[in-house]
Amino acid sequence: MEYMIRFSQSHETFRLAEIEALAVLEGIKFQVTSYSASSPFCFFKTTSEDAAIRLVKRSILAKCVYEVWGTGLDYEALHENVVVTSQNVWAQYKTQTFKFFMDTFQGSRSIAEQRELIEEFRYLGFTGPVRMKKPEQEFCILEHWPFENVSGECPKPSAIHLGRYLGGSERDAIQKYDLKKRKYISTTSMDSELALVTANLTLASPGKLFYDPFVGTGSFPIACAHFGAIAWGSDIDGRSIRGKGKTNLYANFEQYDLKNEFGDSFVADLTNTPLRATTLFDGIVCDPPYGVREGLKVLGSRDPTKGKEIVYQDGIAHHLQAGYIPPKRPYSFLAMLDDILDFAALSLVPNGRLSFWMPTSNDQDEEIHAPTHPCLEMKSICTQSFNRWSRRLITYRRIPDSEVVASIARNRTPKGDGVSADDLNPFRKRYFEGFRPS
Amino acid sequence: MKVLTLNFLTCAVKACKSSSDSFPLHPKDCELVSDELEVNSALLTNVLTRVDWKALTTTAAELGFPTLPATPPTPEELAGDEKMLKELHTLLMETQINEGKLVCGHCGHEYAVKEGIANFLLPNHLV
Repeated sequence: MEYMIRFSQSHETFRLAEIEALAVLEGIKFQVTSYSASSPFCFFKTTSEDAAIRLVKRSILAKCVYEVWGTGLDYEALHENVVVTSQNVWAQYKTQTFKFFMDTFQGSRSIAEQRELIEEFRYLGFTGPVRMKKPEQEFCILEHWPFENVSGECPKPSAIHLGRYLGGSERDAIQKYDLKKRKYISTTSMDSELALVTANLTLASPGKLFYDPFVGTGSFPIACAHFGAIAWGSDIDGRSIRGKGKTNLYANFEQYDLKNEFGDSFVADLTNTPLRATTLFDGIVCDPPYGVREGLKVLGSRDPTKGKEIVYQDGIAHHLQAGYIPPKRPYSFLAMLDDILDFAALSLVPNGRLSFWMPTSNDQDEEIHAPTHPCLEMKSICTQSFNRWSRRLITYRRIPDSEVVASIARNRTPKGDGVSADDLNPFRKRYFEGFRPS
Repeated sequence: MKVLTLNFLTCAVKACKSSSDSFPLHPKDCELVSDELEVNSALLTNVLTRVDWKALTTTAAELGFPTLPATPPTPEELAGDEKMLKELHTLLMETQINEGKLVCGHCGHEYAVKEGIANFLLPNHLV
């Protein structure tokens, strides 16, 4: 029989990418037979009921998964199809406790209508008692109403399916990690839904080691830790890690009872990283600063000729004094993306994954292309669109060394010799110009 | 900062990366704390292939831990050895440097650890 995922109708470009990642994680083969971004119903084939359940159980963007008992453009066609598709299994469920419920996408049904529609399935011949709480089997009538139905003038749904409920997803975690209820956040904290999706795309799971080089208040490490990975994080701004008093990055791990999944946090600059250049991590996740809400800075002085000698104050080297803050300079966002790729190529285990967020203008001429690396295979590009710009979540797989094609040269974006943030970061410049034609 | 993390870190100065003296960093005037955590055998098995055992032996000695075996256990040995799992867990995950300094054996630069958070930012002349 065929199966169907009931997606949430949001973040459409992330949905299949997430399921494909979960299939890799669970070692499941599946084949999508019908899917469209405008529909929350995704039909697929897989090897078993158990595989269908495992495919969805960790998903954030799916709500649940069904075994498809029939589908049709109207109720007459649906009932005919239900008989053809599922008659051979009716007997299995004949005496079990059960319930029916309805899921109307872009439409609504009154209780009386629902009851009437459900009663029409009496030919299934179930004799078991109806139980609204924890029945053995749950059946759902899923209606897909036309998009034009906003004001309720459409007479009937455009497609109807009958499904036997198999299992739910991890969608409740979105509420659990809601930023509104989190102890320590900042202006750049990633919302819990997208952070959890990112953790799924990078295959975070128990016993794995994860790292976020722009950790901020720890949105990604928290999401990875939720799935059992042990998460490390660093940031060039120590204030974001330390927070104030007991409100800090570690407090978030405590709040969610994830102390066992906390790796460490330290203050460091990715372009001068203290991490050993060897395979350390199973996954790297980050949302590097775009230079809009948070400036993109690295160690060093704006003036390259300055400060190459040790500065002494009263005979003591300045940098050894308490409270010393090293100088920082603006850096090119594109160069930073290349640095992240180089770092990931060095630090990821074979088949380890890197996911990062990057912004781009919605104007095609100004689009910033996702960077490439000979050791990294691009697995997915997911886009979240805003009015004039969008941000993309790009996921790569570290190709095992034996499979890397040596002939592909590493293409780095020239670093640029600008010194101001605007010169170095075309996206930032256009953002503050409001993306108006220049 | 966990002893495991210390094993992942070397001196941040680029000129030091090629020198074997820059790793491991040497703890100096360190105040250690211990946090009770659950033993995670899947993690410890994963970590074995990524830890530099020789460096870990050095660090364990410098922090006053009992001498580690000369070679790391294989994943099979580790899986069947509750005591070894617990000991590695205590050393790598539970033991933390709360205050102190980490010193590079090559350039002598000292990185401060405050409230468990190490600072690897470099002054301009070392960037």
